[in-house]
Amino acid sequence: MSKISPAIKIKIQNEDFDISEETKILHQNNTGAIVNFVGVVRGYDEKNDQIINSMVLEHYPGMTEAEIEKIIIGSYKRWELTGVTVIHRIGKLKPSDQIVFVGVSSKHRQNAFDACNFIMDWLKTKAPFWKLEENNNIKNWVEFNDTDNQALKKWEK
Amino acid sequence: MIIKYFSWIKEHIGKSEEQIDLPNYITNVNLLINYLNELDEKYNIIFEKKELIKIAVNKTYSSFDTNISNSDEIAFFPPVTGG
Repeated sequence: MSKISPAIKIKIQNEDFDISEETKILHQNNTGAIVNFVGVVRGYDEKNDQIINSMVLEHYPGMTEAEIEKIIIGSYKRWELTGVTVIHRIGKLKPSDQIVFVGVSSKHRQNAFDACNFIMDWLKTKAPFWKLEENNNIKNWVEFNDTDNQALKKWEK
Repeated sequence: MIIKYFSWIKEHIGKSEEQIDLPNYITNVNLLINYLNELDEKYNIIFEKKELIKIAVNKTYSSFDTNISNSDEIAFFPPVTGG
C-alpha cells in the first residue's frame, strides 16, 4: 500500500471531456507514466443486431460517486499511484461520442496500466449507470454482460 | 422511507421514487419486498426473479437480509451497464 494518496478527480457530467486537459491534471509530482482509457459509444448493437442512433445514460446520483471512490481507493491501496481521474458522461449520447475516461498516473508504467484496467473492470460491474439504446422508435435497456463479471476474476489474487 | 427505482424497473413502476410509511414489522429488505408484492401486483414482475435485482440501502450495495428502518433510502435496480 502506498503512503501518499494520489490526486483524485471524479466527475459525472453531461458535457464532453478533453483528454489532453485531463492528462495534464494527472501529471503530478513524481509522475513518470500516464495511462488513459477512453470508452466510446458504438454505433451498432451486436447482441440485438441493431443500429444505434443514440443512447441515454442514467445513473444513481450520490451512489455513483461513492462507488467510484471506493474503487479508486481500492486501486491505490494496491498500487502506488500519483493521480486518478474518472469522468463518466450521462444523458443523451451519439455513436462515436466519448462516454467514459479513466486516467491513472504513477511513477512507473506497470502500476498505471494495471490500476487503469482494474478501475475500469470494477466500474463496469459496480458503478450504478444504465444505458438505454435508441433506434428510431425502438428503445432497449442494455443487458448486463457476464463477461464483465468474468473480467473481475483476474483481480482476485 | 424513500424507495428509488432505475432503468426498466423505473419504467415498469411508472415513477423514479416513492415514499412509503414502513410498518414496524418490516425490518429487512426481504420483508419489504413481500410487503410491496402484496400491496400491488405491479411489483411482482420486478421481484419475480429476485436474484436479478440489485439492492442499495442508503446508497450502499446491500442484500435481502439487510436491516432497514423508516428513515432509510432503498433502491432497486437491474445489474449496471455503464462504462
